[in-house]
Amino acid sequence: MSFRRQGRAAVLALLLGACSYQRYQSDFGAAATQGRQFLTLFWIFLGVCLFMYALVIAFLVAGILRRRRATDANVVETGRHHQSHPLMRTTLIGWAALIGVGLTALAIASFFADRSMAEAATGEKLSVTVTGNQWWWDIRYNSDDASKTLRTANELHLPLGVPVRIQLASNDVIHSFWVPSLAGKQDLIPGRETGITIVPKKTGIFRGQCAEYCGTQHAHMALVVVVESYADFIKWWDHQLQPAPAPANPLTLAGYNYVTSGPCSACHNIGGTPASGQVAPDLTHLASRKSLAAGALPMGKGNLYGWVADPQSLKPGNKMPTIGLEPQQLHAVVAYLETLK
Amino acid sequence: MLEPRFTDDVAELPTYKFGPSSLTWWGIIGFMVIEGGFFALTFAAYFFIMGHEQGWPPEGRPPAALLAGTLFTILMLLSEIPNTMIKKAAEARDVAAVRLLLPVMVAIGVVLLVIRGFEFNSLNCRWTDDAYASVIWALLLLHAGHLLTDWFDTVVLTALMYTSVGYEGRRLVDVDENSLYWRYVWLLWIPIYLMIYWVPRL
Amino acid sequence: MTDVRAGDFEGVAGRPVPNERERVEAENRRLAEERKKIVRDGPKLTGEKLAARLDATWRRPPGIIGWLATVDHKEIGRRYIITALIFLALGGVLALAMRLQLARPDSALIGADRYNQLFTMHGSTMMFLFAVPVMEGVALYIIPLMVGTRNTAFPRLNAFSYFMYLFGGLLLWGAFVLNIGPDAGWFSYTPLSGPQFSPGKRTDIWAQMITFTEVAALAAAVVMVCTILKCRAPGMTLARMPLFVWAMLVVAVMIIFSMPAVALASGMLISDRLIGTNFYNAAEHGDALLWQHLFWFFGHPEVYIIFLPATGFVSVIVETFCRRPVFAHAVVVLALISTGILAFGLWVHHMFATGLPRVGYSFYTAASMSVSIPTGLQIFCWLATMWDGRPRFQVPMLYVVGFIVTFVIGGLTGVMVAAVPLDLQLHDTYFVVAHFHYVLIGGAVFPLLGILTYWYPKITGRMMDDMLGKIGFWMVFLGFQLAFFPMHWSGMLGMPRRVYTYPAGLGLELPNQLSTIGAFVVGLAVVLFVVNAIVSLYRGRIAGPNPWGAPTLEWAVSSPPPVYNFAHVPVVESNTPLWDGDGKLPVVTGLRVDDKEMLLTTVVAATPDLREPVAAPSLWPFIAAIAVGIVFVASIFSPWAIAFGLVPCAIALTAWFWPKELKRHPEPVID
Repeated sequence: MSFRRQGRAAVLALLLGACSYQRYQSDFGAAATQGRQFLTLFWIFLGVCLFMYALVIAFLVAGILRRRRATDANVVETGRHHQSHPLMRTTLIGWAALIGVGLTALAIASFFADRSMAEAATGEKLSVTVTGNQWWWDIRYNSDDASKTLRTANELHLPLGVPVRIQLASNDVIHSFWVPSLAGKQDLIPGRETGITIVPKKTGIFRGQCAEYCGTQHAHMALVVVVESYADFIKWWDHQLQPAPAPANPLTLAGYNYVTSGPCSACHNIGGTPASGQVAPDLTHLASRKSLAAGALPMGKGNLYGWVADPQSLKPGNKMPTIGLEPQQLHAVVAYLETLK
Repeated sequence: MLEPRFTDDVAELPTYKFGPSSLTWWGIIGFMVIEGGFFALTFAAYFFIMGHEQGWPPEGRPPAALLAGTLFTILMLLSEIPNTMIKKAAEARDVAAVRLLLPVMVAIGVVLLVIRGFEFNSLNCRWTDDAYASVIWALLLLHAGHLLTDWFDTVVLTALMYTSVGYEGRRLVDVDENSLYWRYVWLLWIPIYLMIYWVPRL
Repeated sequence: MTDVRAGDFEGVAGRPVPNERERVEAENRRLAEERKKIVRDGPKLTGEKLAARLDATWRRPPGIIGWLATVDHKEIGRRYIITALIFLALGGVLALAMRLQLARPDSALIGADRYNQLFTMHGSTMMFLFAVPVMEGVALYIIPLMVGTRNTAFPRLNAFSYFMYLFGGLLLWGAFVLNIGPDAGWFSYTPLSGPQFSPGKRTDIWAQMITFTEVAALAAAVVMVCTILKCRAPGMTLARMPLFVWAMLVVAVMIIFSMPAVALASGMLISDRLIGTNFYNAAEHGDALLWQHLFWFFGHPEVYIIFLPATGFVSVIVETFCRRPVFAHAVVVLALISTGILAFGLWVHHMFATGLPRVGYSFYTAASMSVSIPTGLQIFCWLATMWDGRPRFQVPMLYVVGFIVTFVIGGLTGVMVAAVPLDLQLHDTYFVVAHFHYVLIGGAVFPLLGILTYWYPKITGRMMDDMLGKIGFWMVFLGFQLAFFPMHWSGMLGMPRRVYTYPAGLGLELPNQLSTIGAFVVGLAVVLFVVNAIVSLYRGRIAGPNPWGAPTLEWAVSSPPPVYNFAHVPVVESNTPLWDGDGKLPVVTGLRVDDKEMLLTTVVAATPDLREPVAAPSLWPFIAAIAVGIVFVASIFSPWAIAFGLVPCAIALTAWFWPKELKRHPEPVID
């Protein structure tokens, strides 16, 4: 990889704040109302803080550079060390007032940003429940119509411009839901109900990540968020409601048989098949997702092989055991999983 | 090294005084604040857990039985009478009275500790039952520890008063401060008594 | 009753029945006669003759027994400092290991489990075993000298405190070496740290390490409060107290109020884990957030417990090197006190993402921001002192400049994360990692390195090398910026803290590489500092009593100070006693020379109040620490250990507190 290109990109991003690839997982993403308001407030704070910092440094430099003759300084050598320059007292009061005014201004700005975030978060049209698990995200799309409720994992699809209420819960320890490009974080706490409302403003693919340390594989508890047009979203939802396609050839059939009757089915659910485990990610449309193992690997045949064969070496400590499949079984299982579009 | 310039002489200063002049008085106040903070935070935890419950105790569990705790409280409050007598005797430098009264306090402490044992038995729950049970056990246990410590302190002090060092003025300060501490022990007990026995009955 | 007045033998020694008035009075008369024979310092007993006698009285027994039994605050303070610096080095090595792992994306250098132990150990070591103890160590060494007394209050408690701290540190690091180091983060959030999700002994060890260090810190805090309030030299009124002493008074009080919270929290955690209580168990009416409230009620003041001593260091250095007292002494004192109070009102800002009621958030935002007012005023006072004085830029002063340049950045990012909408993005990311390292390293470690350079000649009698010191400063300063400034950047790019690796392609490669390089520069600089300290011990220029021309009392005694500190108790007549006198040190006399004795004064006005006998060296604090330590460690394995272990603890503590008989047969004065 090229160090120079990287360096240039970083410098550019430093200057502009929001360079293209920084949108993927970045506070500069501003892809939702909340993220935009964050960014505005951030620049205000940064401006005020830089101003105060400049004052401190200026005073420091002035103190260093001010060369006083030995006879007129208020120091012990002149015997005047208990006196101070008359200007200092006034300046102290001025400085205190300036800090007070600056902080008040920032507190007010923060308060209004907080309120407008809360206002933007009203009128939710869609309700999603995200449940944290060590180390993956369980996702349910709620609907009054029971046939429309949907369970998936690790990939959240959101319609553009629609306020979405995301209910947060945890099955084990504390996690934190955080998609930097969209909004600030919110903890998932066992025994408590929390939630966050997001109004996506840009289409695209964004990456989120658990932000509260939650154990061994905290680093690999990522979430892909796809913001798409309302029509695309509805299409996706309808597709996800479909049961898994039936196996079409002997190889995938062998895989089907293994997955639905073997150890996989104890934990995983595949809609329309006997596999109905509830403690691991839903696999009904696994192959349609962009990543594997909660964002640990990109979706693809090679990674599927690697993951199914030995999950413990790719994401050490995760809850999926390495079973030790025979080569034929492995081929069959991967071939079947690939059909779960 | 600077040459000394002699100003004053402190040879005639005493080696002990009662109250805030004494160094150990400040030390004891320090440890009282530490323990007080510990108890205050336990109280906060109690009310925090109570805060999101519908019933208290939760799930319609019976609250602690009153007899042992109330008996304990009455005796604890009555013990302030000999305690004050000891404190006054110490401040009056009446070694004989102090010697006579300290064993009384030791005896009262024994009775209190025995009743405390029955109190644990009358809580109507085990600490493993739920968070309510855990926190009232914690309160009672912490106070039992507090009581035990000061009782042991009194035992040692009593023994000390019967030895030759018992005649030093500084021992009377120790007695004085031990009485002060005993006041703290029963003062802290009052809110705990209310929280274990009466708040669940509200 | 008997008329007992001042003196050493009040009461009625050896007489069991006090009612026999005449005999008692006769005894008192005899004692008064004997009292006249006691050897005391004074114009007739001064100089070398006095020094020799005091030395004989105060010197501890030689050898390993004497080493373990010592109650000299200077020895204990030195041990505290050295032990804490060793833990700093160990914690630093862990940091370098983490930086190596993070230098490249998707790195497989260190596995997830090991990495989680690394950052848990790094945080716990730095907070509990380095930062707080090193500040206490410096204070325990210097405060008795600064306030003009011969030892701290309760010197045996002081010794006990050190051993408890040492055992806590050994427990934690012993476990880590055996690969059962804790791995739930330095704030061990429940339920991750609870019985269900952290089986095994790792978290228990962490929790008991907390108990050890809390006991140590609380004991040291009581020692400091009592020393500062009651042992000051006559004339050192509260208004004349040096700013560092003020800072430590506030810090000690803060320790007393805050540490019980974490002791309670970890006690509840360990009982949840070992005897099945349900404090944090949501399934049984407990609450995981109870832990966070208790932990941060301690954890936030903890930051100021580390920072305020450092502001005291800065005041000391600024005063000496600008050649004048710090501008607006009273403002600085008020700033210290108000910081100490405000620090208890803002713990919730660590919990903005937990979904507490929004109304409360505004209060905590305001409180968190307002804490920057007193800090801002202190910064101004130091800058005004520099502007009004004639600063000399020797090594300690360089660290002060580095402190201001660095710490203010940390303070300002602190204002940012105090705002809820900003915090929800920045919380638990590398931005926050950058923020608190700017505050803790820039705000506390820089002044610490400065003050160690400054007080090194007092402690050792020799100066540290100036050239090495300057090179070290620039390496620390620049290396630090290189290591931590890019972290603001990686945090903004969405890098959460406590991840053992990160994927390529998020733009995180460059800032992480820079951080790693910077971290190694800092590591090298620390090595340089240690080398300088060791070499100067043998080769450094002889310092003399007051090499910097400083104004406070610790510079009135020889370097290193004699075991009894002051031959005569000094008297203080101004804020800057060594700058304002007539070249002589005003003193009071009349303390015993044949027995260890120190002077107590009144709390506010510091007028002489009592003569206080000082405890002799004793092994009992050490034995008590071992007994208590065994209880703590054994209780991890069985709750019965507490019941059985109490007996040896009680024996050791009784023996420790059993008073000595004051010497009744004084030696005659030798002329």
